[in-house]
Amino acid sequence: MTLKNPEYDFKWCPGCGDFGVRRALEFAMKSRLQEKEIPLVNNVVVAGIGCSGNLVHLLEGEQPYGFHGIHGRTLPIALGVKMGQPNLNVVVVAGDGDFLSIGMEHIAPQAARNLDICAIIMDNAVYGLTKGQSSPTTLFGATTSSTPFGKLEEKLHPLELYLSYGVSFIASGFSSKPRDLAKLITAGMDHPGFAIVHIQSPCTTYNDTYEELKGSVKKGIPAQLWDLPDTHDPSDRDAAYAAIKSSGWPLGIIYQNTDRPAFHQQVDKMISSVDSKTIDQLVAKYII
Amino acid sequence: MEKTDLIVRFAGEGGQGVVTSAEGLAQVAAQVGYNVLTYATFPSQIMGGPTWTQTRISVDSVLSAGDKLDVLVAFNREAYDTHVGEIGIDGVIIYNSEEFELPDQINVLGMPVTQLAKSTGNPRAANMVIIGAIAHLVNMPQNYLNEFVTKRFTRGRTNDEQIISSNIEAMTLGREASAKTKIKLGTLAKADKSTAKQILVKGNEAISLGAVASGLNFYVGYPISPATTILVWMQQNLVAKEKFVYQVSSEIEAITALLGAGFAGRKAMTATAGPGLSLMSEGLGLGWMAEIPCVVVDVQRGGPATGLPTKTEQSDLLACFHPAHGDISIPVIAPGSVEECFYATVSAFNWAERYQGPVILMNEMSMAERAQNIPMPELGKLQVVNRSIYNGSNGYMRYAGDSVSPMPIPGHPGSYIANGSEHDPSGDTTHLASRHIEMTQRRFNKLKLLTNGTYESLNKEAPITIMPWGGTKGPSLEAYNLLAKQTTSLSWFYTMFLNPLPETLLTQLRKKELVIVPELNFMGQWSSILRSHGINAISITQYTGLPFKVEDLANRILDVVQSHEKRTVQT
Repeated sequence: MTLKNPEYDFKWCPGCGDFGVRRALEFAMKSRLQEKEIPLVNNVVVAGIGCSGNLVHLLEGEQPYGFHGIHGRTLPIALGVKMGQPNLNVVVVAGDGDFLSIGMEHIAPQAARNLDICAIIMDNAVYGLTKGQSSPTTLFGATTSSTPFGKLEEKLHPLELYLSYGVSFIASGFSSKPRDLAKLITAGMDHPGFAIVHIQSPCTTYNDTYEELKGSVKKGIPAQLWDLPDTHDPSDRDAAYAAIKSSGWPLGIIYQNTDRPAFHQQVDKMISSVDSKTIDQLVAKYII
Repeated sequence: MEKTDLIVRFAGEGGQGVVTSAEGLAQVAAQVGYNVLTYATFPSQIMGGPTWTQTRISVDSVLSAGDKLDVLVAFNREAYDTHVGEIGIDGVIIYNSEEFELPDQINVLGMPVTQLAKSTGNPRAANMVIIGAIAHLVNMPQNYLNEFVTKRFTRGRTNDEQIISSNIEAMTLGREASAKTKIKLGTLAKADKSTAKQILVKGNEAISLGAVASGLNFYVGYPISPATTILVWMQQNLVAKEKFVYQVSSEIEAITALLGAGFAGRKAMTATAGPGLSLMSEGLGLGWMAEIPCVVVDVQRGGPATGLPTKTEQSDLLACFHPAHGDISIPVIAPGSVEECFYATVSAFNWAERYQGPVILMNEMSMAERAQNIPMPELGKLQVVNRSIYNGSNGYMRYAGDSVSPMPIPGHPGSYIANGSEHDPSGDTTHLASRHIEMTQRRFNKLKLLTNGTYESLNKEAPITIMPWGGTKGPSLEAYNLLAKQTTSLSWFYTMFLNPLPETLLTQLRKKELVIVPELNFMGQWSSILRSHGINAISITQYTGLPFKVEDLANRILDVVQSHEKRTVQT
């Protein structure tokens, strides 16, 4: 809401990848409004803490609902919103620190439940808002303000993690391609289950990786990003694993399993098989 | 001599029928109109382990589990050795003679309990043998027992009749074994069966019922003693359209999911114990900051850390008052009886909706598993507060004004950002000092909507006051009643609304010379809070993992009163 609200003083740095992600999310919500008549207020954006989470305050135009909570807890807040009102479209926006470090414990349970939400993860492999500490996706040996003599942990491979946890929709995107990204986000929102769109969204201040990601012919640097071929079949888990294990970052829908019912559908099915009791019936069980 | 009160303790190994016997006796008695209360302890293991449960039966209302035992039922030697010291002067010991032998003496009755049960063709009727023997000791008519057994085992199964007759036979065998001795406890006075409908429930069940009666439609929780029974109850009973119940992966997930659901318009609750409450700290702060209604039940056990998971204590009070960092004051309600557990839960939901934020409802282990007969709640007469909902168009300033404002519901116009960072009226983050001042005042202002809670008082002009909180109410009131026969200088005040305290109660307490607070913790937590309100309060503490005994407590109160009076004379 920055354009309307001069009091909100947070700004992304020039060149920040999160600008592109914001644009992509706006495109996705608008296209669903136009194509499926899903009103903006049917979207709830649950935001983490960090540069990426501040996206919820920076959306332009007509506003969705937002929930800017506490560090690391986007997924369980989203769980509450979605299971409280399953008709809503619930979107998580968070970064690699929020989602993969402090918030890691919440990924596996949502994957197991197949909670029908779309998590948009902005990965810049650094803690930006606290000024440049190492994150789970920071490279081994990297020098950051919290690893002045080099990072001693192996870097986490988030896509491999999602696949092994059983996340039913996994896409990988790049912030500089907001149109492509919007398609991935739309597909994640449409997917009936737990969708994660993992985005390379560089930090120009603390970890500028644009060159490594895009490559440079002039400098002889190979691009880390590569498009998944049209022949890639997202329903093939082995193919998904192969794409993830290839070097660099594949772009596109890596994996999608549409056979599993979403969590709220499982709940509905269970409820329809059980006789529900009124409060009068419940109290009556205890009459002496 | 007529007895008006009967206290029976069943002690043995987990799985020997300790709990079923105690609860069976309570049911027999409640069914014919006595007031009953059970007090259960649990070993912290799955099978076996020493355990005991106490049943108190009275023609008057029952306030505590009782001090001295009329009957000790010992299922094994260890149980006998452990509990024999608690028997009253004329008390009786009933023991299982298959397990051990006691020398023949007056007031000792040994029975081959399992063997007698087996002889009826129903080995599971061992507890009925014991109940039959106890019934004879107090001349309880056989038809009481028959009525109980018939009601309990009429379940529409083909073998109902057979089970009923074998259980009645088992009780008769117990009665006969008891009759062979000369032991008698005196006739239990006839119960005055009230015409009003009653229910027999445990504290945690009363909370569960109260929550559903308040419109609960979202429950998530994580297993933890002694709150697990609420989760299990909900999983069984909250299954219905437009409702959600689930076991989540941690207490952090529970509190944050609650906030998501509350934001989405739900009436949401979770139940936990001390360790889980600690994990919920940051989430509770978020609920306060983002102004989202929800109810968190803390069923206290011994702390800190893993502490004493199966023992009772009232040591979470300071944590419940200040569960999170920053300027925050969470409303706290602590019921003092099983009946209050029901109504306190309704109040907790109403408070959450009225001030739009989290409310902590405090229970404690001893009440969670205590079964007590209470008047059946009149559901039609309950005052249930529902959310004040925003029905306007987009562009709403959710956090405008100096107190509660209507909440928009996602899916409808009025979108805003529920924000745990300091925010402006729209929900956008701000760091302006003026906003922080305005919003902090708004959040504390909302508490003023809750200062009209009710309270009880007796002899209220007297200068020295007894004021317990939570489950210590029962033994304290019983002690007060004893002391009131000896002195007129004592008054009694009690409320379940601990934060914020009822305003008129505060005014009265500030005028007292001394407020004595019996409580089950080391620090004297409630008296320290009362002192911060400008009240001259002092605690009588106990931290044994068990509730107060009435006589002990009365003596300790008397000591405090006397030393206070001495000091007053000296100065």
